[in-house]
Amino acid sequence: MADYPSALSEILADFAFVTSRSERAELLIDWADRFKSVPEEIASPPYPEDHRVPFCESEAFVWACPRSDGTLQFYFAVENPQGLSAMALAAILDATLSGAPVEQVATVSPDIVLQLFGHDISMGKGQGLMGMVSMVQAAARAHLREKA
Amino acid sequence: MDEFTHRGYAHPEVLVSTDWVAAHLNDPGIRIIESNEDPLLYTSGHIPGAVEVDWTKDLNDPLRRDYLSREGFEALMSRLGVTPETTLVFYGDKNNWWATYAFWVFQLFGHRNAKIMDGGRLKWELEKRPLTREKPSYPPTTYQAPERDDATIRAFREQVLAHVQTGKPLVDVRSPAEYSGERLHMPDYPNEGALRGGHIPGAVNVPWSRAINPEDGTFKPAEALRAIYEQEQGLRPDDDVIVYCRIGERSSHTWFVLRYLLGYQRVRNYDGSWTEWGNLVNVPIER
Repeated sequence: MADYPSALSEILADFAFVTSRSERAELLIDWADRFKSVPEEIASPPYPEDHRVPFCESEAFVWACPRSDGTLQFYFAVENPQGLSAMALAAILDATLSGAPVEQVATVSPDIVLQLFGHDISMGKGQGLMGMVSMVQAAARAHLREKA
Repeated sequence: MDEFTHRGYAHPEVLVSTDWVAAHLNDPGIRIIESNEDPLLYTSGHIPGAVEVDWTKDLNDPLRRDYLSREGFEALMSRLGVTPETTLVFYGDKNNWWATYAFWVFQLFGHRNAKIMDGGRLKWELEKRPLTREKPSYPPTTYQAPERDDATIRAFREQVLAHVQTGKPLVDVRSPAEYSGERLHMPDYPNEGALRGGHIPGAVNVPWSRAINPEDGTFKPAEALRAIYEQEQGLRPDDDVIVYCRIGERSSHTWFVLRYLLGYQRVRNYDGSWTEWGNLVNVPIER
């Protein structure tokens, strides 16, 4: 496994042991239940288009805000109330990448979507979810460039 | 049913309302089936008594790119506790995109006693109707299905090529960006992608979701549908039409609209769709 933030590595390891579709769904629903939308002090609807995840049919948005310790705090919004998968991923990304070393966040591949959701998600769904990871990764890389 | 008659549909009997479903939750002659794109939705909560049909797991052959066999369909129906007399009511997310896909596959095996819940999951949720996480269990049945009919509502690539050569109408229901070839696929999903972008020559572009009222997921009335497919795109009810998208799922929605809501007699879904056509050697492509 790549040198990912430890919290993310642990979750990916947990999902690697999932053997049934229903177990995977239950785990992801637990994560979706923990989803918190972007606070109003950061953004409120209508959200700016430059934070929209391209091609995400759940209408997800991503923000990355610098923290005082030099890391990034990630926020998400999911406007489609049926976008449970997007909410689950947002909760996982926030829990594992906010406050993590930015150098490691910048290496996180969109492939983690397949590790978390399995290979039987549709192209449309997968594309949107991978787009969320890509935006987080891009924000981390941009942050590193600014610091350089 | 009156509601759908007033909308002017050719076959209003293939739709049921959320009210109707709510009144038939305990009807043993009805089986409610949820089919979604988002794999988490059914587990997170579904209409009480509803079973799930998953498009990847339940409807496809596990090895070949094809649908399940007659034996597979019989086993599925047995698992769902369904007999040929059972009325099936499909609903799902994405404005019934996957519900109509499951409905279409079921029609390959001739289960005519099938309906779509207008508005799908979105309307049910908007009306704050009950959802449960309890998964129902029904006694298995013995279901005898006919051989899969691949001729009436399904089209294969050779037939599509002949269709193109004779100038018959095709409807590409993908997004304008896919139709134009600007968007191909994402790198990690080559199985759903294509080597070439564009569309099948002669196809008109009518994104599937245009048939839907986005605020509640219901189908537009027949007059509005005719304005899109006939006045705008020049289709006629007696046309021989082939619809396609990327893998045949979105186009099953348009197939349903043309076949049942507008009453077109000859509509086939090309499930090979762009993932086949865009990878074929030496077939014509237009941009």
